[in-house]
Amino acid sequence: MSGLVPLLATLPLLGAAVALIFGRRRRVQVGVSIITLTLVLAVAAVLLYDVHSTGIPLAVSVGGWPVPFGIVLYVDRLSALLVVVSSIVLLAVLLFSVGQGAADGDDETPVSIFHPSYLILAAGIFTAFIAGDLFNLYVGFEILLVASYVLITLGSTENRIRTGVVYIVVSLVSSILFLSAIAAIYGALGTVNMAQLSQRMTELPQDVQLVLHLMLLLAFSIKAAVFPLSFWLPDSYPTAPAPVTAVFAGLLTKVGVYAMIRTETQIFRDNDVNFLLLVVALATMIVGVLGAVAQAELKRILSFTLVSHIGYMVFGLAVATPAALGATIYYMVHHIVVQTTLFLAVGLVERRAGSTSILKVKGLMKAAPVIAVLYFLPAINLGGLPPFSGFIGKFALFEAAAQVGTPIMYVLIIGGIVTSLLTLYALMRAWNLSFWREDDDQLDDPGVPERISYLDGAPAAATQTERRVIPRIMTAATTGMVGVTLALTVFAGPLYDLCASIGDALQDPISLSELEGER
Amino acid sequence: MNVSLVLIVIMGALFAAGVYAMLERSLTRVLIGFLLLGNAANLFLLVVMGRPGVAPFFGSADSPEEMSDPLPQALTLTAIVITFAVSAFLLALIYRSWQLGQADTVHDDEADLAIRVRAAEDEDTMGDEISDTDDDATTDFVGLDTAPITVLHSRDFDALRDDAPTDSPTGPGEDGR
Repeated sequence: MSGLVPLLATLPLLGAAVALIFGRRRRVQVGVSIITLTLVLAVAAVLLYDVHSTGIPLAVSVGGWPVPFGIVLYVDRLSALLVVVSSIVLLAVLLFSVGQGAADGDDETPVSIFHPSYLILAAGIFTAFIAGDLFNLYVGFEILLVASYVLITLGSTENRIRTGVVYIVVSLVSSILFLSAIAAIYGALGTVNMAQLSQRMTELPQDVQLVLHLMLLLAFSIKAAVFPLSFWLPDSYPTAPAPVTAVFAGLLTKVGVYAMIRTETQIFRDNDVNFLLLVVALATMIVGVLGAVAQAELKRILSFTLVSHIGYMVFGLAVATPAALGATIYYMVHHIVVQTTLFLAVGLVERRAGSTSILKVKGLMKAAPVIAVLYFLPAINLGGLPPFSGFIGKFALFEAAAQVGTPIMYVLIIGGIVTSLLTLYALMRAWNLSFWREDDDQLDDPGVPERISYLDGAPAAATQTERRVIPRIMTAATTGMVGVTLALTVFAGPLYDLCASIGDALQDPISLSELEGER
Repeated sequence: MNVSLVLIVIMGALFAAGVYAMLERSLTRVLIGFLLLGNAANLFLLVVMGRPGVAPFFGSADSPEEMSDPLPQALTLTAIVITFAVSAFLLALIYRSWQLGQADTVHDDEADLAIRVRAAEDEDTMGDEISDTDDDATTDFVGLDTAPITVLHSRDFDALRDDAPTDSPTGPGEDGR
């Protein structure tokens, strides 16, 4: 069974190579990408089933090097679950982009570059999730980042270059930080292997541990967009093409969160910065959502809610009990799916209405009822209304925090509830203005009413595009994703059990024998 | 662990110079800063390798202690390749940025600009009651070399000129901005 593990990284890379060769033949390229990601999804599902049913993680030593020296690929329940979820998301977004590409021609998404980069991005994400040593995690990050540089500046229009530069430079800095942290850790411990790191780290003095710990956390916080290192995200995400923004929002920040989870639970087990993380989580939630409230453009609103909801995951990580970690994993899965779905729905709105400014768009409820439903369901889900998965995740998180019961936990819980309500407010205001408002309502003149006048100076949509037809496949892909969000609610029982078992398993570090064990 | 002091000093200098260059507005300087930082990190990996020894091939030394540690070398090689690929991409990005006629500078975000404009407007409408305390929010150097700080108002924004050095194309008929 462990023979399947390397396929997660190699299949997308192989697919990217083949897709590049067929750069001039769109149909072949599309076929190759879809088949590749479907195969990866199948492999990941098999791995998740195997790991979950046996309870024993899978490990592969690449190149036959004995374990502490060579590269190890490691799949436990956490890795397998995240790989399954991200391959579902990648596949749905790919279908969405295929529909968009077929309708628009090559102007918006130059297909010959898009598909190979997209598959390389997938390879990077999977590599990061299954890395058994710190350096391989770095390589996974770099693969996905380089692919994301290409995707975020796709078509290299003036706007995308301008915002892409911010994203790229910030990512470069975080990569250098990560690399320096690896060098420092290797200097201190003489290994980059996850299992050995966790064993030897305890022998270091606490202050040395703290420096190494903060270096790693800093690098990962930039990637995960944790306040105050989140400023780059709302600037750079909204201008990219809709499918690219969707997949970035869903997955890239979560890879950072995943790395933070491994850092906290695996590498620095007896070095405690949880109080710092709690404060940072609170700031991330509140500042992020206040940003969302102040925006008048759908993609920017969503980018800010993305930042604020990263705060929930950092919160769960900082509570650090098994129950809280389980809730964090569930929330992560929920957020990957829901945030991607919302960005896809907004992509549909942009095509239908020619704009994403909630002050300009109106009357969509009557004009496009399907899009309205596709926006509304994930929106109230993200806002945390029962009975959806957002509510389950937040509730589990708050319950786990309340069990710890220190005063700061209650501060965080109140902050989380406020954030949740403000998220709902920001998304429902967009709903009221863009969907509910009748076409003949005159809001613009003689002046925006007093209540939302503060939106007047908010940055408008980056580009005003013409209205375009929506191919059925785009609607279908979005509907499929909405279906997945509902499935997270319907099958919350088994999924939550799986997440809880992951939370329990994270209490014990990965041991060397687990990394050696080939089955 | 024995390490060479020279390497550490060079590494520190590279880190400092790299950070300084990366803070510039011109993308070419950012690229140079990134290259310096990348090399600094690679040197860091070499520093943690410890004492140099015999090349770590099978049979080249009697005991493993005489060999140098091969793992940091492998890590450095990988990091060099990644830095190389990224700087190639950055060069393409800089060229494209230059092609689009906005020179190769990093631009302000529109949200930041909106906030700055709004802050200046607020300052105007509020009159002079806060002008003594809140000047820093919108001060910048306007005009030529006259260093004394001038308070800006919203109507001055057309005249606002950023004096950070840029490598703009200076050919005839081509205006950098």
